[in-house]
Amino acid sequence: MASMDNLRFEPPPPFAAGELLRAEVRAFLAEHLPKRSITDGVGSWGGSNREFSRKMGARGWIGMTWPKRYGGHERGALERYVVLEEMLASGAPVSGHWVADRQSGPLLLRVGSEEQKRAILPRIAAGECSFCIGMSEPDSGSDLASVRTRAAAVEGGFRVNGTKLWTSNAHRSEYMILLARTGEAGEQRHGGLTQFLVDLQATQGISIRPVHNLAGEHHFNEVVFQDVFLPAGNVLGEVGGGWQQVTSELAFERSGPERFLSSFTLLVELTRALGPDPSERGRIALGRFVAHIATLRRLSRSVAGMLQAGTNPAQQAALVKDLGTTLEQEIPEIARQLIDEEPDRDSTRDFVAVLARTMMNAPSFSIRGGTREILRGMIARGLGLR
Amino acid sequence: MSETREMLREAAERLFEKHCGAETMHRADGGEFPQALWRALTEAGYAAALVPESAGGPGLEMPDALSLLFSAGRHAVPAPLAETMLAGWLLSSAGLVPPEGALAVAPVREGDVPSVSRECGSWRLQGKASRVPWAAASAAIVVLARFEGRNLVAVTAPGDCRITNGANLAGEAREDVDFSGARCSAAAETLIDPAALHALGAVMRSAQMAGALQSVLETTVQYAQERVQFGRPIGRFQAVQQNLAVLAGQTAAATAAAEAGIEAAARDLDSPAVAAAKIRAGEAAGIGAAIAHQMHGAIGFTQEHRLHFSTRRLWSWRDEFGNEAYWARRLGGAVAAAGADRLWHGITAAG
Repeated sequence: MASMDNLRFEPPPPFAAGELLRAEVRAFLAEHLPKRSITDGVGSWGGSNREFSRKMGARGWIGMTWPKRYGGHERGALERYVVLEEMLASGAPVSGHWVADRQSGPLLLRVGSEEQKRAILPRIAAGECSFCIGMSEPDSGSDLASVRTRAAAVEGGFRVNGTKLWTSNAHRSEYMILLARTGEAGEQRHGGLTQFLVDLQATQGISIRPVHNLAGEHHFNEVVFQDVFLPAGNVLGEVGGGWQQVTSELAFERSGPERFLSSFTLLVELTRALGPDPSERGRIALGRFVAHIATLRRLSRSVAGMLQAGTNPAQQAALVKDLGTTLEQEIPEIARQLIDEEPDRDSTRDFVAVLARTMMNAPSFSIRGGTREILRGMIARGLGLR
Repeated sequence: MSETREMLREAAERLFEKHCGAETMHRADGGEFPQALWRALTEAGYAAALVPESAGGPGLEMPDALSLLFSAGRHAVPAPLAETMLAGWLLSSAGLVPPEGALAVAPVREGDVPSVSRECGSWRLQGKASRVPWAAASAAIVVLARFEGRNLVAVTAPGDCRITNGANLAGEAREDVDFSGARCSAAAETLIDPAALHALGAVMRSAQMAGALQSVLETTVQYAQERVQFGRPIGRFQAVQQNLAVLAGQTAAATAAAEAGIEAAARDLDSPAVAAAKIRAGEAAGIGAAIAHQMHGAIGFTQEHRLHFSTRRLWSWRDEFGNEAYWARRLGGAVAAAGADRLWHGITAAG
């Protein structure tokens, strides 16, 4: 009995005011959503668009929950949730500020120095500043504690050597939050890790090389640090406290609507292709998808409510991501059986092109942000099995 | 969770814990009506939970009352609690006061349309209703019947009907009832239509399934911690852990969907959240029951183990008051008719 309490989802707090905000966001999107190909940004949170990010910043929709003195707007996690899901459902290009808004900013807010917070948070909130996540390495994916990038203490700071891999958007970001080894791991393997704030444009010795994904798109990068000097002022949080900081960051990374809406554009196009009076099979598939998404929304809003109440629902977040990414991957597999067409990225027909792009991005859904197997391990821990 | 609901839940858990022991469960499985359990839940006011205070009910808000069914599902309560609640709701809608005792409701299958006629100043029921839960064991059958294009709630005695015995996979009575002229002790018009009755029944089964899955999850996790193979508890093996994580996910989804369905039902029984509850909980029931059995191995496949009290109910309840395909067809049809550009609006409007 007690073990189940770790996985308890409180009902999402009632939130009637959210509907006003929702109408505001929809009106904004009707006016400002950039005209572009429907397949742009499929599976990658709409792609990057600095101009659009700035407009969102001007509306107060980035850094919504942060204190006003750092450029934030002191609004609730549920208000933020409304903005996020409306943006994703419309396919708006939000990936430029997504990581900074979701996890880098909140991390800075929690553990950053006053100087770091004042220098960076207002720029993120204005939509002027992108972040990437420097965690994974060639030999450290799911096993994050094994990172080998080394930051050796030197006069006035640290000298960094090593390679980060799968770093999404490094080539479009102003900053990276780097996880590096500054000391011995110790018996628990979690010691000796430190996070650094790295200015990717002003720092010498960093080279960024693209790694194209199987769809031919450039999101990933390899980022090599060669004798890179980072001043002591760039340490983020505690020296040696990196593990604790990273794991608390991940709860924010896992429960949002981006974990079940990655295939939503395809679902819209499937609905269009099926028409107003679909076959029985078509109806059943659509009804099931809607039921799943409605349920995931409730679970995700529940986590937002728990975050707002100050608890750390890390295991619930893992569960939402596991369920959500499973659905995201089912949508193309089921859609292709309902419309007898061959997927083709270059097709002028929206369903056919979106199907192709979604299908080719789908493997990443259950890998990025924690693999399915790692998440299920976390859920098992919540059940008291580990 | 509201304070009322939390207090109700704690009280219900205590009551069911006390009255749904192994002996009661096995005897009920053999067809014996659990009198002591029924007395206790009647005295607690659960059977009349959807009856307003003015008609002798406990005066609960509808969502609080329906939430009792999570606990009933957790304990596989082998009695017509949901059905009596549903009958009470239907009777109250027609201004009728529920008779004492366990009540059955008909129709429960979409194609069944009983009717009433007026003969020599008394009401008589015509037609048939299939798979009626607990018809023979009930004190009265409460029937939503057609009369001159309107809906009437009619009350009849099971003794006045021809009843063919039957049961669902869990051994719960599901009986075909032939009314053929059965006399009505009361009849009055209602604004409830058969679709609304079906919808509330579906929400009830969703909550029961979510409760059953919660108990299946707890039982299975506990078993995995106790059962030792290859020198360690099987719950230490990653393959087992991954399966139990899936079971936990399905349980959480079913619970969330049923909660949303309950909240929506109090406002609008035509809400997409009602359909979503039955679709999602029904899907979770199949996946969850399969994992629980796989994790238990042979012992869970026996009559002496208690797992089947929950899993046989899951296999039954998912097909009662419309299965996943039935509700998905309805919901998907409405979504398609509204059009692709209204899809997201429809989802957010569902709550």
